Amino acid sequence: MSSVRIPPVLRDAAGGNRTVAAAGATVAEVLGDLFRQFPALRDRVTEGGELSSFVNVYVNDRDVRYRQGLETPIGDSDTVILLPAMAGGSG
Amino acid sequence: MTDQISINPIPDQAPIREVTVADALRLAKEGYRIIDVREELEWNDGHIPSATLVPLGDVLDRIEAVVPDKTTPLLVHCAAGARSARAVARMQSIGYTNAVSMRGSTLDWRRLGGDWKAPQPPLTPEQQRRYSRQLLIPEIGQKGQRKLLDGKVLLIGAGGLGSPSALYLAAGGVGTIGLVDDDAVDESNLQRQVLHTADRIGMPKTESARMTLNALNPETQIVEHRERLTPDNVERLIAGYDVIVDGTDNFDTRYVLNDAALKLRKPVVHGSIYRWDGQVTTFVPFAGPCYRCMYPTQPPEELAPSCAVAGVLGVLPGIVGLLQANEVFKLLLGVGETLAGRLLMFDAMSTSFEEVKVWRDPKCPACGEDSPFLHTGQATPALEVATR
Repeated sequence: MSSVRIPPVLRDAAGGNRTVAAAGATVAEVLGDLFRQFPALRDRVTEGGELSSFVNVYVNDRDVRYRQGLETPIGDSDTVILLPAMAGGSG
Repeated sequence: MTDQISINPIPDQAPIREVTVADALRLAKEGYRIIDVREELEWNDGHIPSATLVPLGDVLDRIEAVVPDKTTPLLVHCAAGARSARAVARMQSIGYTNAVSMRGSTLDWRRLGGDWKAPQPPLTPEQQRRYSRQLLIPEIGQKGQRKLLDGKVLLIGAGGLGSPSALYLAAGGVGTIGLVDDDAVDESNLQRQVLHTADRIGMPKTESARMTLNALNPETQIVEHRERLTPDNVERLIAGYDVIVDGTDNFDTRYVLNDAALKLRKPVVHGSIYRWDGQVTTFVPFAGPCYRCMYPTQPPEELAPSCAVAGVLGVLPGIVGLLQANEVFKLLLGVGETLAGRLLMFDAMSTSFEEVKVWRDPKCPACGEDSPFLHTGQATPALEVATR
């Protein structure tokens, strides 16, 4: 099982969890397991089966856009980070 | 051209080319690279801004590192022309073919309208006392403090992130701080926007900020820009500054700032916050990724609510804003490693930092191969940047 970090804006769709354990050998499989556990996350992270362009996915510290995208392999000790942009600043 | 071939100034050396000061000025305009062979103390008393200092005694050891191409046209000068003649002879002895010596004084150079950078005034006794703790740091010292005093930093937003940044930038002696904000102080700001006070509710934030900052450091020049950053005013606002600190509260402004900063080659220190979480990174135009490389499209509103909608822990902008100020100090001083190419994430709930790499996207519409801003500005300062 690898560990998926849930960003604050998505935590309400992930049962309030900050980290979720998910199984799979690739990013696609891990996300599939994550969406099975928390179906509400699917629509927040994907668009028509593809990753939304405003959500960055990192495996450890590497952006999967610069690796093999959804096919990027994942090992058990890897951490997957979902990271949408944050707007807040001066308020 | 009135170059003269002089008789050997030094025995056993080939003749060297010497030029008058007037010709030297012309060669400088034609693009001759200028080498100043005086001593560092003389250099500190004033020098030609585009010159490189290589004292005569170091010429044989250092010139190949400074000018690897031995056919480069070089204009060599000293205070009057004697040392530069010897320097040119030494350069020729190791294969330089296009070096000329200026015969004449730097005073004449200035009289004839040549560029000259006057010596920087030494720190005043009051400055020595005020900044004594950072003057002791080897990477800062008098020279670094002078850079800070000459530094011009623009803060977009005089709110949550801008407050701590501005306080420490002013305290540390950054000479000019510009503030872009068109809001007035509201009671709900005081929980985190520590520039402002309860008796200033309703006052423009830039004015309140100026009062606080000048009370802390009267010599800091505070420039109030009481407006919102827009595509129409962004270039005018950022043009006169060395570093931009982005503490805005919306995506539109971040993209507008990103593109203008690329066009004008201004480094942007980015900070964003949400409840218990913060992100910081530094964008150095064309040397590292830009905001659009990191987030090519902006999320829908429900995925990116502002602090006003989502809430924020008061200390969070304090921590993130100071991480931004830390980046500014390094950029102004030219020391250390910035966050260019790295996104630092802070989680206040677990008190933990995490970092991911941010790549420069070759297809980025703003800074990639087809960037409309590739040829719009000065060369980017050499900064340490994570590369792919």
